[in-house]
Amino acid sequence: MDSTTVSGVDKPRLARHVRLTFNRARQQHVLLHPETVVVLNGSGADILGLCDGRRTVAEIVAELGTRYGEVHDDEVRRFLTRLVARRCVELGDG
Amino acid sequence: MDSPFGLLAELTYRCPLACPYCSNPLNMADYTDELTTDEWRRVLAEAGELGVLQCHLSGGEPLLRRDLVDIVATAHNRGMYTNLVTSALGLTRPRAERLRAAGLDHVQISIQADEPSVSDRIAGTPSFHRKIEAMGMVKELGWPLTMNVVLHRRNIDHVADILDLAEAMGADRVELANTQYYGWAWRNRDALLPSRAQLDAAETVVRAARDRLRDRMDVIYVIPDYYSRYPKPCMGGWAARQLTVTPNGDVLPCPAAQSLPLPRASVREHSLEWIWARSPVLTAFRGTDWMPDPCRSCDRREVDFGGCRCQAFQLTGDAARTDPVCHLSPDHDLVARAVEAANENSRAHDPPLIPRPHRARIRTPAAPPPRI
Repeated sequence: MDSTTVSGVDKPRLARHVRLTFNRARQQHVLLHPETVVVLNGSGADILGLCDGRRTVAEIVAELGTRYGEVHDDEVRRFLTRLVARRCVELGDG
Repeated sequence: MDSPFGLLAELTYRCPLACPYCSNPLNMADYTDELTTDEWRRVLAEAGELGVLQCHLSGGEPLLRRDLVDIVATAHNRGMYTNLVTSALGLTRPRAERLRAAGLDHVQISIQADEPSVSDRIAGTPSFHRKIEAMGMVKELGWPLTMNVVLHRRNIDHVADILDLAEAMGADRVELANTQYYGWAWRNRDALLPSRAQLDAAETVVRAARDRLRDRMDVIYVIPDYYSRYPKPCMGGWAARQLTVTPNGDVLPCPAAQSLPLPRASVREHSLEWIWARSPVLTAFRGTDWMPDPCRSCDRREVDFGGCRCQAFQLTGDAARTDPVCHLSPDHDLVARAVEAANENSRAHDPPLIPRPHRARIRTPAAPPPRI
């Protein structure tokens, strides 16, 4: 029962019932979901900040590359694949 | 010690429903001195400072609080994800619109079965059609909808139809939670505990539905711990991630913990920060130091945290014992006997269900008999 694997042409966006926010008490970005909280590291928050349903994964990787230099495409896709499996991220049509 | 992620705000124990599986305390009369709006504002502000990110507004029926919109707005303005857990009775269109405007993020509506006669009988009041209407309205207003169903002996055979109903309503999530035996449910345990055959059939249906609905609906299934080999990791550990504030301002690691013989901690007497860090009720079973064997030397002690303290207390009279649900517990026969009774073929008829009252009964000789 394998879940969807995210590819470079997918256009990810946050699921409708999920909110990305910065938590002052913890000084961390978090994803809020009806029953869970996903605490993000800095790069996770950056990736999700670009998931607007218009950019493709390849474009997101390129954008992160201009900010930080080297960005591993497969790491971004793995991160998004995990969040798709948890229904925090949805994929728009390519 | 991390800061808590979630706050369960039990706004009132008053309820228009009378479900016999309710986990509210039996001594409801001790909770009638409800926190005021200002007190809830202060609790929510303190919770935000403490790092709480999710606020579950529950009860009883939270819509019976006239200040619910105000409470939602406060939690929302403190950056919390707000979640209303409701019977939907009282969720009129104007009220729903005001809640939406106040920033309510998510609505969970309970339903007792897939069709009116069974649902209304379990709820103890005609409510099915109003729930269905309210679910439609929640979707119309653009909220994500969770349909909550507590499963037990009297409705678990309907699980396929319940899932069809959730799908037809366009629910984003459906929570099928087997009854946890606290409060009124504990009192009704023998009438509510399903048989193994019932469970096996339900789990087959749930697995198939999960596969079929994977892209459309989250199907959450809470297993009945009486039938599992190991206990549930109750609350993710005692006072590790969540806290509960009861209608009168008591702070607990979970709603059931009111039954334990621990000193009270009230938001009326202390700050939430002090209570979370220092109060006996929240520190009593935090971590693993309190554990006796077999938990102490068990590889799973950080997986299930010894199970549920309230269940251990309820079944053995000692909250520090291993949860008797665990097959390694020296008290496991207490659970095994209940399961055995639920599986007796010769069981001629089920024991009667005792409905929970809608509100606290005043126990004075002069009081009229309660109306159910």
